[in-house]
Amino acid sequence: MTQSATVASVAAGQTQVNPGMQDATQIVPVAAAATSSKRRKRRERHPAMPKHGSLLTRLGEHFKRYWQLWLMVTPAICFIGLFAYVPMYGVQLAFRDFVPSKGLTGGPWVGLKYFRQFLESPMFGNIMKNTISISLWTMVMGFIAPIILALLINQIGSTKVKGFVQTITYMPHFISTVVIVAMINIFLTPGTGLLGRFLGDTSLLGNPNLFTPIYWVTEVWQHVGWNSIIYLAALSSVDTALYEAAKVDGARRFQLIRYVDFPTILPTCGILLILNMGSVLNVGFEKVFLMQNALNLSSSEVISTYTYKIGIVSNQFSYSTAIGLFNTLINFVFLVIANAISKRVSETSIF
Amino acid sequence: MTSVSLQGKAARPEAPKMNGSSVPWNKKTKQSKTLSDHIADGLIAILVVAIILVVLYPLWFIVIASFSDPTKVAIGEVLTLPKGTNFTGYTKIFADSRIWTGYKNTLIYAFAGTALNMVVTLPAAFALSRSEFKPRRIIMFLFTFTMFFGGGLIPSYLLYKQIGILNSMWVFILPGAVSVYNLIIARSFFETSIPEELHDAAQIDGMSYIGYFVRIVLPLSSAIIAVIALYYFVGHWNDYFTGLIYIRDASKQPLQNVLQSILLANQTNSNSAGMTAVAAQRFAEQIKYGVIIVSTLPLLVMYPFLQKYFNKGVMIGAIKG
Repeated sequence: MTQSATVASVAAGQTQVNPGMQDATQIVPVAAAATSSKRRKRRERHPAMPKHGSLLTRLGEHFKRYWQLWLMVTPAICFIGLFAYVPMYGVQLAFRDFVPSKGLTGGPWVGLKYFRQFLESPMFGNIMKNTISISLWTMVMGFIAPIILALLINQIGSTKVKGFVQTITYMPHFISTVVIVAMINIFLTPGTGLLGRFLGDTSLLGNPNLFTPIYWVTEVWQHVGWNSIIYLAALSSVDTALYEAAKVDGARRFQLIRYVDFPTILPTCGILLILNMGSVLNVGFEKVFLMQNALNLSSSEVISTYTYKIGIVSNQFSYSTAIGLFNTLINFVFLVIANAISKRVSETSIF
Repeated sequence: MTSVSLQGKAARPEAPKMNGSSVPWNKKTKQSKTLSDHIADGLIAILVVAIILVVLYPLWFIVIASFSDPTKVAIGEVLTLPKGTNFTGYTKIFADSRIWTGYKNTLIYAFAGTALNMVVTLPAAFALSRSEFKPRRIIMFLFTFTMFFGGGLIPSYLLYKQIGILNSMWVFILPGAVSVYNLIIARSFFETSIPEELHDAAQIDGMSYIGYFVRIVLPLSSAIIAVIALYYFVGHWNDYFTGLIYIRDASKQPLQNVLQSILLANQTNSNSAGMTAVAAQRFAEQIKYGVIIVSTLPLLVMYPFLQKYFNKGVMIGAIKG
């Protein structure tokens, strides 16, 4: 299967430098050391190979042959280095007091002070509960709905109708979050909104209990079509002989879906589930932030909006960084767990 | 023959449980449709029509409400076709300078940003697709790692402040210059869809890597270039976060942040002379519908032209990522 092959190649690249995973800020030196020591070993094993001179000449040879490729990849390395790895290095701010004159790397070391502050804050329980409930609902529904839609679209006989349905269902994916939230607001306006007028006089967006359902339903509405593409692609690769064989064995239509279509997309489901799990606490900042109002705040304050308010609005830089780091670490743990589960269940994994 | 009778026997006693099926292969094998086939077809048709309505109707409603009489919209008379055609909302929108400033800014940010995105992403993706380029493993790992781990909001904010791109157009363009996701899509495409024989031939002709990339690989990659450019462009167009966090001056705000103040903070420009407060309130709603159309139209106009590339792009990217 092509996907497992390429996934394996990515995985190989990752396991090779696995020791570096322990500490993000050390990843560059550790990984570099790992590869260079390997190279040295290989050279010692074959001292007589004529092509291999000293490390320096080999490096020279490498750059002579590949300088153009280096030239092409260097801008990307610079951008990623500056805009991803420098902030990653700056994450130590979470363990230090912020001193304006010292900028990114912060002042005196305070250890886990800010993590403790977050864990002990009265907001903590509520924020975690909201984050987990919003993201789990969205994740589970956003995971199941595209699979069902893809299986359904795949049952449409006419290619033209199929293409039409796909075109229509992809469309909302391109609408911006601001517009989506505006549409939610307009449609749910009590009294005059398209839906609001049937639902009584109270504002639905002001009801804390309804925040999560409104969030995930609209999220599914917007992305279900787009997210089904990948399953449809997998389904299009089903060998028609499999259907024939199944029918000879007396399979009914639902059984064809269950035993032919579904197993075909299972590996894809696995990989997507892992990737989704990796962002379990990454509730989209924009949408939650825009849907928030004073009435629903008790169920709409999530980690990312809290990070923003603490950091950008009230300028507690270290505290905000600590909360952000906490979020990232939890995501990482979920990613690893999901990966392990998927490895066992469907024999697919990303590393 | 046997397959036909077996299929018929098995299918008849039980009606399809969920969305039963009548699939393309039915035509190929020329099997006659049984009763349950027809029931299944009917169920599928109903479900599909329902889905299309659920997706399309809210969008359609915005369109018709944007030029219908706002009073009729408010009392629920406008449901399928526009009533009391009225373009006051659009007139107000075209007179609102905030929207055009936002539009202009977003166009600049989106085009400049996408251009830089492509110039940085495509060559890097090509270099990383060459299997003889050994450092690519470690580079790829370091890139992929950033998808799952990052410094977060404040360290980025401090960095932007330190290098002086805060509150300038560069904050829209530089930090997102490479999306690792798009880079992986492009790399997978170069790896799988460009035949290796072409590279061998180019090498025999004495072509350098850059020559091969520019003269052979790029012309063969229009599909993936279109998909990635679209992803980047839509990303820039819909970006609200950057304007919210890193931009202070209203004159530099992109469209999405202007929209936010009009659509969600209710700062519509309808309170002009000669209108009572009630009329202004009515038109405020109409302006919102119109603003949604005006801001979303460019993407939806591009959409049908690029639609044929979507399946390809998503398939390559997501499965192989």
